[in-house]
Amino acid sequence: LSLCLLFRRLDGRQTYDYRKIKITFGTDYGCCYVDLGKTRVMAQVSCELVAPKENRPNEGIMFFNIELSPLASPIFEQGRQSELSVKLNRQLERCLRNSKCIDTESLCVVSGEKVWQIRVDVHMLNHDGNLMDAASIAAITALCHFRRPDIAVQGEEVTVYSPEERDPIALSIYHMPISVSFSFFQQGTYLLVDPCEREERVMDGLLMIAMNKHREICSVQSSGGIMLLKEQVLRCSKIASVKVSEITELISKALENDKKARKAGGRCGFAESLPQERITALKMDEMPVEVTDVTEQAYDIIQKTKEPPQTVPSPLVPAPGVGQVDQGQQNTWGLEEEEEEREDGVEEEAVMEVEQQKEEESKGAQRYFNII
Amino acid sequence: MTSFTCDESVSLCEGNMMEVCGSTDSCLREFGCEQSLLSRPDGSASFVQGDTSVLAGVYGPAEVKVSKEIYDRATLEVLVQPKVGLPTVKERSQEQCVRETCEASLLLTLHPRSSLTLVLQVLHDDGSLLSCSLNAACMALMDAGLPMSCLFCGVTCAIDADGRIITDPTAAQEKESRALLTFAVDSTERKVLMSSTRGSFSVHELQQCIAVSQKASEKIFQFYRDSVRRRYSKTL
Repeated sequence: LSLCLLFRRLDGRQTYDYRKIKITFGTDYGCCYVDLGKTRVMAQVSCELVAPKENRPNEGIMFFNIELSPLASPIFEQGRQSELSVKLNRQLERCLRNSKCIDTESLCVVSGEKVWQIRVDVHMLNHDGNLMDAASIAAITALCHFRRPDIAVQGEEVTVYSPEERDPIALSIYHMPISVSFSFFQQGTYLLVDPCEREERVMDGLLMIAMNKHREICSVQSSGGIMLLKEQVLRCSKIASVKVSEITELISKALENDKKARKAGGRCGFAESLPQERITALKMDEMPVEVTDVTEQAYDIIQKTKEPPQTVPSPLVPAPGVGQVDQGQQNTWGLEEEEEEREDGVEEEAVMEVEQQKEEESKGAQRYFNII
Repeated sequence: MTSFTCDESVSLCEGNMMEVCGSTDSCLREFGCEQSLLSRPDGSASFVQGDTSVLAGVYGPAEVKVSKEIYDRATLEVLVQPKVGLPTVKERSQEQCVRETCEASLLLTLHPRSSLTLVLQVLHDDGSLLSCSLNAACMALMDAGLPMSCLFCGVTCAIDADGRIITDPTAAQEKESRALLTFAVDSTERKVLMSSTRGSFSVHELQQCIAVSQKASEKIFQFYRDSVRRRYSKTL
């Protein structure tokens, strides 16, 4: 907080500076990772055919889900009802759905029966402040990157082509709303763009403006209960428009690069984007495993283990129509052994056999455990 | 009687060996790993096998809720987050497998009444997901500096319809396989810590797969050593 008074920030940025944004894409369409400084976010878009909502039979359905994974921060827990998660979800929905950036009517396949449901899952991987911005960038980039399967409608029949048969098609996106967050300190006197986690913890209020590059405001959200002057809000929106155009350029460049890489046939995905030069990363190529003596080893092992005998002895049937369970097992009570020996010779033999079987069984089991 | 049964089993083996050819197609896909890539968790690692990649993060030892505390050991909690949707029963069973392996190799008694949280995020699934998760978990635990009695690694084998054993299968190979076996192998004595299988296979095939996994684990442990050596090459 004291640093703000000196007009300096913890990581050396200026008040209106964004942290470094890095966008990478995954192997399949619709997967994108965004790094905003140390904050990491992953977005995945998937689609399926469902029945449409009743009051909107011509439109597809969009479903947004932000997961505050416990990976991101020790305060996040698996149960999802935390305030922050609800707030982020609501903001993202307003930003993307109410601004109508995606043409939902183009998602309709058979009116009233089948439409595409586009599902966007955003996972927080590391929380270092400003989750909302990172989430919005990731979501819109993933939507731009996503390709849905091609379909053909013939009367009532709908055929969905797999990606191998026909190239999948991109979604139709009108504009890219991106949110910019401003944090306020000391009742609105000081303002910082893109707060990092420590700044977020001490801030008084947060203002989030979602805009697209055509300078249209998509949504404004102010939280924290601070009161802002009109010209402050206008100033923020001007800053936001500058930032948004920069970020939009970055996104389009990243999408272009990815398209080129895919056309060139190179493998793309998380594996490829592993930084090679970093000391903390290492890569190894495909390697064969020596399996020349595997068969002999396996044979040896099997020779040593014996087949475990039937552990459940079949019930003895002394007379037809009568079944007995639990007969023929050696009873472990020392007292009754003497009694058994006095009985007829047949049963004695049976008992002796079972005794031997049990011994083998225990030996076999022992050997089994030795190997494993 | 004893010898009688032994002979029987031997002859069975020979019969099996002739029918089910013990040919294996084992090569491990490209590996990649990155440690300490997240700033918040105490230890984090991402492990990549071909196209399958899993990100693991460890928090701990930290405070544990009174309801979950164990008086003489640390409480280990594993969470597997799938890419799309909420965690289902499948993720719970994977969590169980990973937790059993970790509890067998971590020295939990050194941190009583604390909690260790291991979170695994699936970044892309192209086959052998459970073994990739195990590898990522081990690297993250190493990165966090938690005391372990041994390292572990995961190897997946698939037996396809012809009886060939394929190590580290891709999703397409997994789909066509008759059986899929995943083993967690420990580093000190190459023993099997955990096994998770699906499908039907014979005892002979099982032992072959275990032997193949033990061989493959040597490569993986060498990879662990190389990456850790590289990581600390500047400091040591």
